[in-house]
Order: sequence, then structure tokens, then C-alpha cells
Amino acid sequence: MGNGTSLGRVRGLGSSHHGAHHFLASRLSAVGNLVLIPFLMVSLALMPAHDYATVHSWAAKPIPSTVLVLIMINTFYHARMGVQVMLEDYMHEGSGKIASWLLVNTLPLAGAAFGIISVIRIALGSA
Amino acid sequence: MAQTRSNRPLSPHLEIWRWGPAMLVSILHRVTGNGLAFVGLGLLLWWIGALASGPESYTAFLNLIWIGEGGTIPSLTSLLGKVVLVGLTWAFFQHMATGLRHFVLDIGAGYELNTNARWSVVTLAFAGIATALFWAFVLLR
Repeated sequence: MGNGTSLGRVRGLGSSHHGAHHFLASRLSAVGNLVLIPFLMVSLALMPAHDYATVHSWAAKPIPSTVLVLIMINTFYHARMGVQVMLEDYMHEGSGKIASWLLVNTLPLAGAAFGIISVIRIALGSA
Repeated sequence: MAQTRSNRPLSPHLEIWRWGPAMLVSILHRVTGNGLAFVGLGLLLWWIGALASGPESYTAFLNLIWIGEGGTIPSLTSLLGKVVLVGLTWAFFQHMATGLRHFVLDIGAGYELNTNARWSVVTLAFAGIATALFWAFVLLR
């Protein structure tokens, strides 16, 4: 980033030619959520009961556990981008901006990893 | 800058404006999206983690957020849990409807003032009705 001309001062700021990818990825993952989240909601609504045995045996079946893993990937990716846009709009400088960067680059990944491990344990474990 | 000051009114003015449906659903899209991201995905992880940890932890989770047996604290948290779950359902339907509205706006349609206001109101009505129908189905069937 230069410090001379007015163009040099702003070059490299903003989306830096990556905005279109962010825009498209947000919308493509939204289409994924449009299938995945209603599947989860309808499945939960149609369950005869919500005790451990019923819910666990449902989640352990191949299609539900696949959907749950896809939610951990796709929905966390979508949420990460949405939260990033929100933070970019309100956190402009200093420690708040650094903390926001850390938040969107660590928490969604950690959450998704925990979710995927949990689904795999349900699907493959004997418990 | 080539801009010169004039006496023409600023639009939108910093203070003189009134709420319209498009503004409301625009900010609701952000609020519901971030609510779903933090509260919804947080609850999803708590749920799946409890389910993966065995019957005791799942029963404890279910008691805290829905059943509320065994004292004042579970009965309070289960009340909060029900409010949060209904709120999350509404937030999902609202975010989904305004998201679909964004798909239409992305292709360049629906910017006429009346059309834009009408479809904004439709997303609000859809989210309210869908939430009511979903919980009516869950609780009354």
C-alpha cells in the first residue's frame, strides 16, 4: 500500500478483486441450506418422540448423518461469510478488527470440526 | 473532489426519513442471519455433542432446554429454551424468505417501489405463518 497518490492509498483495500467469489459462494451455500435445514426441521418434526434412542437411531442412519455432516460444512461456511460481512460493516479498526478476523477464521472451523466428529461418533460408534 | 455544496435536500437525510418494509426486512435479514449463526449453530452443536456423548448427557440437554424437571433452574432454562427454539424457527423462515427475496433482487427484478414493498411484506407474513404452522404441527399432531 503506497502513501503518495490517492490511488495508492486505497489500492489493496476493500475486496481486492475477491468480492465476486464471496458474493457467489454466499448464494451457492444458501441454496445448499435451502435443502439441508428443511430436511433437518421436517425430520425432527416427524419423529414420534425426541428421547435419546429415537433421535440417536435416526442420526446414525446414512442419509441423516450425511445431511448432518453437510450442515456442519455448508451451514458453517455460509454463516462464517455472513458474520464476516456484518463484522466488516461495523468493526473498522484496531483491536476490534483483529478480534473479528480471529473470530471468523477460527470459531466456524472449530465448531464444524466438533460437529463432524460428533456425527461420525453417532454414525459409527456403538454407544 | 468535484462535488459542490448546494441547497438540494440530501436523500436519504440523516434524520428525516421514515421506516419502510424494505428497510425492515433488510435489517431483519442481517439480525436473523447472525442470530442463527451464533444461537442456532451454537444450539445445534450442543445438541449433536450431547447426542454423541450418550443417554445421560442427551437427557440432561433435553431437560434443560425443553422438559424442565427437577427445580427452579431447569424450569427457567426450559422456558427460555422454548422461547429460543420458537425464535430460531421464526428467524430461519424470515432469513429464508428474505434470502429468496435477495435472489430475485440479484437478477435485477423487483426494484419498483410498490413491488419491492409488497414482497418485503410477503416475507414477513410468510415467516409468521410458517412458524405458527410448524409449531402447530409439532405440538398438536
